[in-house]
Amino acid sequence: MPGDSIIYRLDPRGKFLLTFYFVGIVFLANNVASYAFLLAFVLFAVYLSKINFGFFIKGLQPIFWLILFTVALQLFFTPSNHPIWHWGFLTFSKEGMVIAAYIFIRFVLIIFISTLLTLTTTPIEISDSIESILKPLKKINFPVTQVALMLSIALRFVPLLVDETTKIMDAQRARGVDFGEGGLIKRIKSFVPILIPLFVSSFSIAYDLAIAMESRGYKDGEGRSKYRVLNWSKRDNFMILFMTVLTIILLFLRSY
Amino acid sequence: MEITFEHVTHSYDVNSPTANLGLDDVTLKIKNGLFTAIIGQTGSGKSTLVRHINALLKPTSGTITIGDRVITSDTNNKNLKPLRKQIGMVFQFPESQLFEETVEKDIMFGPMNFGATETEAREAARTVIKLVGLDESYLTQSPFDLSGGQMRRVAIAGVLASDPETIILDEPTAGLDPVGRKEIMSLFKDLQVKGKTIILITHNMDDVANYADAMAVIHRGKLIAQGFPKEVFNNQELLKNDLITLPKSAEFAKGLMQQGFHFDKLPITIDELGTEIKHQLNGD
Repeated sequence: MPGDSIIYRLDPRGKFLLTFYFVGIVFLANNVASYAFLLAFVLFAVYLSKINFGFFIKGLQPIFWLILFTVALQLFFTPSNHPIWHWGFLTFSKEGMVIAAYIFIRFVLIIFISTLLTLTTTPIEISDSIESILKPLKKINFPVTQVALMLSIALRFVPLLVDETTKIMDAQRARGVDFGEGGLIKRIKSFVPILIPLFVSSFSIAYDLAIAMESRGYKDGEGRSKYRVLNWSKRDNFMILFMTVLTIILLFLRSY
Repeated sequence: MEITFEHVTHSYDVNSPTANLGLDDVTLKIKNGLFTAIIGQTGSGKSTLVRHINALLKPTSGTITIGDRVITSDTNNKNLKPLRKQIGMVFQFPESQLFEETVEKDIMFGPMNFGATETEAREAARTVIKLVGLDESYLTQSPFDLSGGQMRRVAIAGVLASDPETIILDEPTAGLDPVGRKEIMSLFKDLQVKGKTIILITHNMDDVANYADAMAVIHRGKLIAQGFPKEVFNNQELLKNDLITLPKSAEFAKGLMQQGFHFDKLPITIDELGTEIKHQLNGD
């Protein structure tokens, strides 16, 4: 999403790594204080990004059922010596409630922080940073530039394929296909007329792209200059420092 | 089957900040049995307009009447098949809709969806393959082994096989060679003469001049002109503002006017131009 704030201006490599780092340290939290602390940090980061809070809530929607399922599992299957309510293999206890709440907050933290990354960083910046991060692997002959190129092309293909799918669906609808009608088998069958043309056109687009790249002299390997140059600045150093402090406080709260 | 648009507005992404108007208050009547051309620049809303006719898109406000079917913003997605059977639609680059193992099966796909029996569908395939200028030997081939032009014809056959009353064509000849283009356009003209209604989206003004009985000009989602091609191509307002370009014959006539010829109305086809020139050279 286009925008401008301190979070947008951070170096994508730093943001990318720190997001993963944060997802890791979320699992260090083990009590009310540490969870509250992490939640406060995430909300602060969200505030700094100047992005409407609604977008983060929307980020939760796709996995809403997964969260609900996991929370329910914890609520009813946590063994306890002092159950409030007990029926067969189902137990409902204070411990269960606490663990369920933790799990829920953990989900929220992870989703919010990764939504923050994807909202403030363009896909191309992410693929650039992956390339930059993987660079050391060149020493062991890992094809870093090719992998990065594959990533950017894959990202570029997403909107293209969405367009293509809509087009093909419209064409088959006009020929009388009813998507989402009839039994399961019939529904699955109705996707064949979309998938086959989609495969055919992806292959032909890929082929054309390869030809177009070669005819413009693309050659992977050494010496390719960069159009987008990533700049590591003081801000990013500060970010790392901030994360380190955060970790120390977290470790302290954890044993507290 | 008459098609009427009344104050139709279509907005893309209604609830997002990037909402934009695809169609803006369009009121238009497409008469039964005529060959109607719809022109306009890329992105002007032509494709959006025709997608409303078989309810692939629904208006944000306004109504569309197709025969006795009325489409509004709250028309249900169910039970649209009878409408879609009557309205055939050839999309841009329709060859991308091919998917079956054989040409015959692909052509039969439409009719079978609309409830034809296998025998009827097979019979339809046999008829339409000849209509589009291929012979029956193609029926057993895989559509993916054909050339681009042949694939186009098969895809068009697949639409015609359902025997629609109205046929919508979205730049059906884009990328075809001149001979293929002429064959395909004549096919549609023949179908119209036999009683079908044809709606053609095109950027080729000569096709409009040569084949269409009526035309509509769309600009930025608005209908800015409609009428007989001869009237519209002589609309000075539109020409002055570069909203339409002229067919070759009219362009030629315009050049002749600077050499002392006089035309009350610019001729739009070669025949008209020829008659006019002959007339004036003979000194009448």
